[in-house]
Amino acid sequence: MDPLTKRSITVSKKKMTLAERLYLPGIIGGMAITLKHFFRKKTTVKYPEKHREFSEIYRGRHVLKRDDEGRERCTACGLCALACPAEAIIMVADERKPGEEHLYREEKYARIYEIDMLRCIFCGLCEEACPKEAIFLTKETVMSGYHRDVFIYGKEYLVEPVDAVKRIDITKRLTPEVIEFKKDKRQRHNR
Amino acid sequence: MMIFKLILIVSILLISLLIAMYSTLFERKIAGFFQDRYGPDRAGPGGILQPLADGLKLFFKEEFMPNKADKFLYIMGPSLTMLVALLTSAIIPWGPGITVDGTHYYFQVADINIGVLYSFAVVSVGVYGIMIGGWASNNKFSLLGAIRASSQMISYELAMGLSIIAVVMMTGSLSLRDIVTAQHGINWNIWYQPLGFIIFLVCAYAECNRSPFDLPECETELIGGYHTEYSSMKLGFYLFAEYINMFISSAMISTLYFGGYNFPFMDSPSLSVNAVGIIGTFVLFLKISFFGFLYMWIRWTLPRFRYDQLMNLGWKKLIPIAILNMIITGLLIMIFK
Repeated sequence: MDPLTKRSITVSKKKMTLAERLYLPGIIGGMAITLKHFFRKKTTVKYPEKHREFSEIYRGRHVLKRDDEGRERCTACGLCALACPAEAIIMVADERKPGEEHLYREEKYARIYEIDMLRCIFCGLCEEACPKEAIFLTKETVMSGYHRDVFIYGKEYLVEPVDAVKRIDITKRLTPEVIEFKKDKRQRHNR
Repeated sequence: MMIFKLILIVSILLISLLIAMYSTLFERKIAGFFQDRYGPDRAGPGGILQPLADGLKLFFKEEFMPNKADKFLYIMGPSLTMLVALLTSAIIPWGPGITVDGTHYYFQVADINIGVLYSFAVVSVGVYGIMIGGWASNNKFSLLGAIRASSQMISYELAMGLSIIAVVMMTGSLSLRDIVTAQHGINWNIWYQPLGFIIFLVCAYAECNRSPFDLPECETELIGGYHTEYSSMKLGFYLFAEYINMFISSAMISTLYFGGYNFPFMDSPSLSVNAVGIIGTFVLFLKISFFGFLYMWIRWTLPRFRYDQLMNLGWKKLIPIAILNMIITGLLIMIFK
């Protein structure tokens, strides 16, 4: 029968040689290995002082983008909630009233938009489904908390600030290739 | 002289406790470094307050006693272990001493002429601490651990004694002071007794219940061995006694084989008696810390022995080799004298 993996070793029950029976050469060899590790660079990241380097396209906490004029891009189409495999997104749509043109880009907007961060698996399918380039995953992480309800993030957490300096940069996630891909007619929402 | 002895006793007691306390930190630090980690470094700068935090934690833990445990024996177990661990330090010569106002103060609490024998007697009583604790807990795992500990210590004591006999034969005295004085300068026993040293080292590890011979507290098989049912400071005493034992046995190894407080160039005329006394003590502690490090180094390198391997090693290998070593030493002494 073929072995299941390439790494399987056949066990031999041969008599130990004198050097093996003395244990000492083996022990000294082992101690040399551990001593090498003693002086090796440590892999620990001292967390609160130092943060581990995240990838540029890390899939962390979500952001709801505004457009260049500071208007919310989201139109509450519900495709992100539909795409979400964890069913973490809940939204309530509302109609834009006259005089709110500077707040919402289109006639329909999300009055309530909530993501349950405990349900979310950070797969990024919401971002992929979004036809308005409104939702993105960022390098930010979700904060810890003592109660479950603090993990339900509403619009006050998710929508990015209007202030141009505090805007969240998503150019790393929204590359030309991504834009091209999102126009793909095989995607259900582009049909 | 009485006052000097009293100061010496108190300071040795305090130093042993302090070193045992900080050994717990260094054990964890060194374990971390061997595994590419830093170890505890949050309590105080570089984790220097960690032992205090650990001690405080042990004090505040629930004092638990099994329902059907023998109350007297249950408390006696850890106390006896601690007592015995501290007793051996009395006979170790800690330094060549200093001269103040024409009186020479030798850094040794008691220079008894049967020092080696005394240390053996005391170490053997150490088994009782573990055995009583394991028995009184009224728990099968504790009892198994205690039985393992006692049989292991009894088996390794034999080889240990036989390896020391060779040293005693060379010096012609059982007094540790004589043994140390005979190793003046760099004339250490390790050059004459390398085999005896290795046997003694292995047996010392087994006597201290340290890895790779830590079968009595083998957590994978026996949960915690003899201290399964112990909590709070009683457990602390057991764990503490282990580190004191390590410290004392490192001191014994240094004294018996590595010249104790002796160091090369100690006869050079530029050094006064007091300078030699202070440097000697410092050198002894340097040697002790090396052996303490070796204890931890071995612990984080080697896996645990199986019980039959342990017994085979003790009875079938170490004892015959120790006897052989003794015979060879005897023959060489006869030829060269």
